[in-house]
Formats: sequence, structure tokens, C-alpha cells
Amino acid sequence: MNTATHTLDGHGGHAHQPGGLLRWLTTTNHKDIGTMYLSFSLLMFFVGGAMILAVRAELFQPGLQLMKPEFFNQLIGVHALVMIFAALMPAATGFANWMIPLMIGAPDMALPRLNNWGFWLLPPAAILLTLPFVLALFGIGDGAVATGWTLYAPLSVQGGIGVDFAIFAIHILGISSIMGSINIIATILNMRAPGMTLMKMPLFCWGWLVTAVLLIVTLPVLAGGVTMLLTDRHFGTHFFDAAGGGDPILFQHLFWFFGHPEVYILLLPVWGLMPHVLSTFSRKPVYGHTGQVWSFVAIGVLGLVVWGHHFMTAGLPVPALLYFMYSTMSISLPLAVLFFCWIATMWRGAMSFETPMLFAVGFIVLFGIAGLTGLVLADVAADAQYHHSYFVVAHFHYALFAGGIMGVMTGVYYWLPKWTGHMYSERLGKLHFWLTVISFNLTFMPQFFLGLAGMPRRIPDYALQFAEFNAISTVGSFVLGLSQLLFAYNIWRCIKGGEKASNGVWEGTHGLEWELSSPPPHHSWETQPVIKD
Amino acid sequence: MNSAHASAPHTGHYYVPQPSLYPFFLSGGMFLLALGFILQMNKFAPGPWVMAAGAGVIGFVLYRWFGAVIAENQRGDYTGWEDQSFRQGMVWFIGSEVMFFAAFFAALFYCRHISVPALAGMDPAFTLYKDFTVAWPSAGPKGASFTPMGAWGIPAINTALLLSSGVTLTWAHWGLMKGRRAQLNLGLILTVLLGVVFLGFQAYEYHHAYTELGLTMGAGVYGATFFMLTGFHGFHVALGTIMLAVVAGRCLAGHFDAKRHFAFEAVAWYWHFVDVVWLLLFVVVYWL
Repeated sequence: MNTATHTLDGHGGHAHQPGGLLRWLTTTNHKDIGTMYLSFSLLMFFVGGAMILAVRAELFQPGLQLMKPEFFNQLIGVHALVMIFAALMPAATGFANWMIPLMIGAPDMALPRLNNWGFWLLPPAAILLTLPFVLALFGIGDGAVATGWTLYAPLSVQGGIGVDFAIFAIHILGISSIMGSINIIATILNMRAPGMTLMKMPLFCWGWLVTAVLLIVTLPVLAGGVTMLLTDRHFGTHFFDAAGGGDPILFQHLFWFFGHPEVYILLLPVWGLMPHVLSTFSRKPVYGHTGQVWSFVAIGVLGLVVWGHHFMTAGLPVPALLYFMYSTMSISLPLAVLFFCWIATMWRGAMSFETPMLFAVGFIVLFGIAGLTGLVLADVAADAQYHHSYFVVAHFHYALFAGGIMGVMTGVYYWLPKWTGHMYSERLGKLHFWLTVISFNLTFMPQFFLGLAGMPRRIPDYALQFAEFNAISTVGSFVLGLSQLLFAYNIWRCIKGGEKASNGVWEGTHGLEWELSSPPPHHSWETQPVIKD
Repeated sequence: MNSAHASAPHTGHYYVPQPSLYPFFLSGGMFLLALGFILQMNKFAPGPWVMAAGAGVIGFVLYRWFGAVIAENQRGDYTGWEDQSFRQGMVWFIGSEVMFFAAFFAALFYCRHISVPALAGMDPAFTLYKDFTVAWPSAGPKGASFTPMGAWGIPAINTALLLSSGVTLTWAHWGLMKGRRAQLNLGLILTVLLGVVFLGFQAYEYHHAYTELGLTMGAGVYGATFFMLTGFHGFHVALGTIMLAVVAGRCLAGHFDAKRHFAFEAVAWYWHFVDVVWLLLFVVVYWL
């Protein structure tokens, strides 16, 4: 504490920058904080991945081989929570921290100390999520939350100490995301270079602006829902208990009011960065900037009013089912606008296929499959069969792995030379792409068919007729998991050294972020640039 | 002033604070508080001690962190540009608070208009709750029976108290704008006092509900929504009162002038937000 008070009398110069570990604990620099978010995300990506590889190993054959069903349940739920809250969301926030000030011509984020707090809330939350696994080894409690990430009542009301840990992890993660969002909105609205109107602002910043608003609107509702869960568990309330006039379905409403926009929270930053990459490697301007901005806004607004499609089999009245079906399907209109803009940006361009472009094109194809199967699931009648089957698992992994994580990888390869000042190994990058895209499809394509054939999700054992496709899926998942070591190694190599990157890095780049040196100076835009025309 | 800052090129540089350990320790304090609460709820002996340690760390860090911000402000580190960031931050923070309360109001409307009527309207050959009929307030089919809280006793007085506090706060603001420091100080002190009296009445009301009305957290969905809504509101009044007291202290110390008083305005926005939530509570929880 003395260090902090001692250094507070400076005026934001370079003096008193502590070194070593203290640099990372105390930093108020957007680039340092962005690096911490991205490193944390990569670490948790492997933690969540290891959990699900254990699950896939159990599912390699029918019958129970490796673990008890209770432990299986804990692994799938914590895998989802870790991947969503501790891997994907921090990756997107890391991008925002690194890139938004560079793109809009700002010296730093608007609220730098708050920014640091937003990051340092994440490790405690990750510890709370995973601590019950460790405590169970010492005979304390019965392990981590075993309800799946959705925490549905009444199972979560009856669950063990792991549910309490998950509730508080969610509270802390929520505070972190809200603080991050407040900071990003304040930065975008207050720190843009003179002359950069909102409609001239880069699409990545627009994607994040809509994301941040969605977070501020929906996360407090999740916080309220899990607070009710906590009081139902320990303080005698009856929010989700019919005996007291409550209803377990109420929890599903509160959860999915957050949970559905969360999908767009994970994807909007990716949709924002995609046009930058496509435009660069097609050597053409972004097609339909304004159309994409309004599509982001439309998807954000529609995303807030379609939550019921996640539990259409729970007994909603028919008018509600129809409403949720039609409103959900209507999202495909602005989403189709985005797809057409991506394709039109590439159309007749002088394309080249460096690793980021490969990931971007792979993203478009595979995320397209996620969109189309989502349309199938939005149909009330079809959903009656597909609900809670492996079809759903496959669908949301096409959305969140091929859409979310491959989108993040696109951004990492695209911006890594900007961040480190070095080029990564293109050969390893391409190898990583092909291994990822092939093993991803090997893992998840069979799951569509398993789901259609009637295999339910979240079950550690299954009927014999599902054996072959499960074996294929498990083999795919291990190749997919191990391929990611290449990704980590390539990043590590790039940080350590390599061919020097120029300011523009790639041939077709334009935008403020490419005018600064690679890596950019400590205070990104000490003097704001002026945007003309 | 604001629009000039938004459109004209910024000649000065933006204040980026020096590295700080406060955020790290604040997160650590929150970790301890959460861990201790989990242990306490699950009947592990160290729980309250861990909670106390966490709360102590949080309190100490907040004191020092806000102290640092006030010192930076008094030193003149912030210009109108930073001021705009703080305003944005506070507005969106209050927006998130609105959504937090919205979740509990939504639970109230859902139980009142969907789950309680549905439980009463089930097929008699099937239902567990044959004798249950629609009513509001309701403890549900098996919740503890209770007498609902009337609107026109203490709640009406509390409404008057909070509305008056909004008036005294605005009166204090006028004093600040016109340089009448005595009016500013008096208005703020009155506002703090009204907040404290409100909390006193609410504590009495809770005591009355638990001991005489049988209205508890366990009194079905009415008890649950009643205590969670009024409880979180009361917690926000307590926070607002503390923040108002800090601002009053700063006013007595001569801080703020007619042009530079973001902290005053932020706390005033917060107080009015808490005020509006109370009006909704009074109408839909106590009255209708």
C-alpha cells in the first residue's frame, strides 16, 4: 500500500513505474492490462479444455470408466463457466483494452485504475469456481457446482457447497464485466480523436460498444437471479419453490434474460474485428460499414427479447412460444446482413491467406453452420425433439468455438505483431489453423447426428448405438486440445523475438492503430490525432 | 462546457493515474468476504472471521482509494475531460443498478401475476394444493401465514421522508451553484439526517414485521419479494447516506465550487435513483 500512495503524487508520466511482479499488480496502462486479460484467458482456456477432455475421455466408450457421474456433472458445468466467463469474455476484454485506445486515438482507457480492478477481480473468481474441487480432496464439501452452468432450480437449491462458490464467482465475474463495460463505454464516448464521429468509428469499437451496453443491461439481472437462489438455499425464501407461491421456471427466465444476450456478448467483439481482417487481406475497404453498425444494434436489441427459446419445452403458453419463435428467427435478418457484408468485403478483392485470414474465412463457414442450426432450434416443433440433445451441444459449439474462439484466434494472429513488435511463425500458424478446423469438425459434426438420433446431453453413459460417433468425437477433441499447444507455443515464440513487424504490419491495413509503432509507445496517443474529411 | 470538450481538440493531456495497488487489494478483500460468507452459510467455524477480514480490507482500501481520488481532484489533476469520463461512469453504473432492481421487481410481477394464479388454477384431480386460491399478498400454498404490511403507516412516513430529502438535496445544490455555502451545508446535513431517520423507521418496521405480523423471509413469495426489494433498497439508502455524509464533510472542508463538483452531482444522482426506486416500491409492494 505504501508504494501506491507514494507513487500517486506523479502526473501520469513514466516515473515510478515499478518493475517485476509489482508492475502487473499495480498497472494502470491499457496495454499491460490488455496483456493480463489475454494471458489469463489463454491459461483458463487450457484449464477449461483439460476439464472437457476428461469428459470426452469418459464418453469414449459407453459405460462408466473413469469417473463417477457426480464428478462428470461438476466437470461439464465448470468447463462451461470457465470457458465463457474466464476464457472467452476476458479475451474479448483484452482485445478491447489493447485496441480501442489505439483505434480511436486515445492516450489510454478513460478510467485506468478501474480498468486494473476489472482484471484483478478475475483470478479470485476463477479460484472460487475451482476451489471446491480442491476442498473435496480434503473432505470438505462434495465438490464443485454439479448443476451445469445454467444452475437451474430446484437442483441448484438442493446442491452442495459448490453452488455457493459458483454464485459468488458469478457475482465477482459480473462486477468485473460491468466495471470493464463502464470503462469501455466511457472511453468510446469520451476519448475519441477529434473528428472521429461515431459513424466513422471502427467496427471493432462498435461491436464492443453494443457488447458493453448488453453487459450492463443483463448481468445485474443474473446477479439478482443467483442472489434469489442464494436466499432460497440459505435464508428460507421461496422464489423458486411452488410451496411458497414461487416457480422454478422463474429462475430460467432470469437466467436466460442474461444468458441469451450473453451469446451476443461473446460474439459481437468478434463480429466487430472480422471486417478489419477481411478488409486487410482482401485489400479493399470494408463493405457496408453503416449497415454493419445498425446490424450490431439490431442484434443487440433483439437479443434482449428472445430469451424464452432456451426453454421452450418447459411449459410456456402457446402465445409465448410463438412470440419467442418468431422473434428469434427475426435475428437471422441482421445476422444475414453481416454475413453478406463479410462476403462482399472479400468479393473480387486481391486476397491473400495469411493465418488471420484463414481463421476469418473458416469462421464465416463454420459460424454459418451455427446460425443455420440455430434457426432449426428456434422452431418450436423441431425444438421439442432437439431440446437438451447433443444437437444443441454441437450447435452452440459451432457458435462459441468456431464463432467465438476461432474469432479470438483471428484477432490474436492479426494483432500479435502489433502488440509484440515481432511476426509470429506463419508456418506454425497455418498448421494450427488446419489442425484446429479439421479436428473441430471431427469433434462436433458427429454430435449433430448423435443429437438427431436422440442422445441426451449431460449424461456420462449412453446407449450402444451412439458408440462409434462418440469415439470419433473423442478422438477429434484430443487432437483439437493438443493442437492448441501449438497456438500457445507460437505466441510464446512471437513474444520472445522474431522478424520485426512494421507499423502497418500487413500490406492492406489502414486505421489509426496501424500508424503507431509496433509495439506502440507507453501512452498510446499522447497527442490526439485529428480525423479529417 | 461539456460539448466544447467533446468536439474541440484536446490540447492538455488526459490524467492517467500512477500505478496503484488499491484495485488488487480491493479484489483480495472481496475474495475473503465471499469465501467467508460461503463458509459461514455452510456452518464452518472460521467463516465470520474470514468475512470480517475481507470487510476490513475492503473498508480500508475504499477509504484510501477514494481519499487518493479526492486528493488528486483537489490538486487540480482533473480537467473537464476527465470529468466527462466520471460522469459517463456514474450514469452507466446507476444503469446497472436499475437492472439489478428490475430483476427483483420482475420476480414480484411474475409471482403475483403468473405463478400464484397458475398454482391456484391447476386441475383439482392433479394438484397438491386443492384449497389454494388466488390472492395477493400470498404466502403460496404452504408458506408461513402472515399479516401484510399496511401502506399508510410507516411506509407513508418513509415516502414523505425520502421525498423531502430529495428537496433538501436540490436546495443544497442551489446553494452550491449560487455560492451560498451555509445553505449548501445545511441542506446536505438535513438530507443525511432524513436518510438516517428513514433507516431507523425501516429497522423498526422489520422488527414489527418479524415479531408481530409473522411477515418473514419465509412467508412465501410475498415475504421473499418484500424483504429482498425493501432490503436491497435499504442497503442502497445506507450507502447513499454514507456517500452524502462524505460529500457533506467535503463541503464543510470547503471543497467544490459552482463549476467543479462532480462528486456532489454523482451522489445526488444516486440519491434520486434510490428515491425513485422507493416510490415504485411504495406503490407496488406496499400499496397495491
